[in-house]
Amino acid sequence: MTSLVLSLVSLAAARATVPDVITFVVGAVLVLAGAVGVVTSRNPVHAALSLIATLFGVAVLFVEENANFIAAVQVIVYAGAIVVLFLFVIMFLGVDRRENLAAEPLRGQRPLAFVLMVVALGCVLAMAASAHWVTGARTVTGPIDTRGRPEVAQLGTQLFTRYLFAFEATAALLVIAVVGAVVLARRPPSPAEPDAASTPERHDVPAGRIDGGPAGGAEAAPLEGAAAPEGAAVPGPAGMGAPAGSGGEASGPPVRRPEGVPG
Amino acid sequence: MTIAGGWYLGLAAVLFSIGAIGVLVRRNVLVMFMCIELMLNAANLTFVTFARMLHDIAGQALVFFVLVVAAAEVVVGLGIVVAIFRRRADTTADDLHILKG
Repeated sequence: MTSLVLSLVSLAAARATVPDVITFVVGAVLVLAGAVGVVTSRNPVHAALSLIATLFGVAVLFVEENANFIAAVQVIVYAGAIVVLFLFVIMFLGVDRRENLAAEPLRGQRPLAFVLMVVALGCVLAMAASAHWVTGARTVTGPIDTRGRPEVAQLGTQLFTRYLFAFEATAALLVIAVVGAVVLARRPPSPAEPDAASTPERHDVPAGRIDGGPAGGAEAAPLEGAAAPEGAAVPGPAGMGAPAGSGGEASGPPVRRPEGVPG
Repeated sequence: MTIAGGWYLGLAAVLFSIGAIGVLVRRNVLVMFMCIELMLNAANLTFVTFARMLHDIAGQALVFFVLVVAAAEVVVGLGIVVAIFRRRADTTADDLHILKG
């Protein structure tokens, strides 16, 4: 273990300046504290807020590594969209109550998980510290070499030339995800569903007109038939025809009925 | 100059381990999703670090795609959580044994 730590320390550049070290330490503390907060907090809202801390810490580390565009996207997409989506679902479902973390349904699950992950972490760190054959990476490097061009311009060039197919597939993936989310979160529209008739927008409709469009149109047709003889009998039909027409409008479909009444 | 890449790789490994522990230990589905996000962020940090170490911008392009896939995954996953919650008023992963036939 000490050799592992020594190799990690030797990986650190002796040329690192004090502001760089401070930035890295602040980002690392933010990341680790937020991650521990996500795992250990009992309230899902607190877990989401801890996740924001972790994401900001990762963004700080991205800036420190000269990946400025990725850092901005990290803040905008993760903290601005994904965590807000998490919070929205938490509030929407009303699950923002404290969870009992003391209950452990599987005996020994937590110590086993902890030991397993510590062993895996040790293996990964040992491999990263010893085996440069994995990537061919050398130990100490400076900021990324973009050959004089801005890093964002080079990233955009790569995205739209070399990774164009992946980029388009990403667009398709987003569309599929949106459609899937809409389908998943929609209430089933079948009338056999017991709670389908209790949706709020249907409470306003009178009980006889709950069937929807075609039945409403069929029901409104006698109204027109009742209004038309009145219009034929009385010379000034506008005052009589308009209330009948507006009564038909309230049920939805027969909006254009008053045009047909004078004709 | 900047910090050497090994520190970032070690931090990313620790972050990934914490996220994996969370997925293994927690039973709230929403918190499990957040822990998956932690692991994705650890992978992103590794990608950016290797992009810097290898002087290849492709690592940052991959981070871009990982971000998009994470967004799509969260949207569909939370849609599933909402759909499950509509059937059973709970978001505990243990209760999904009712999926057993």
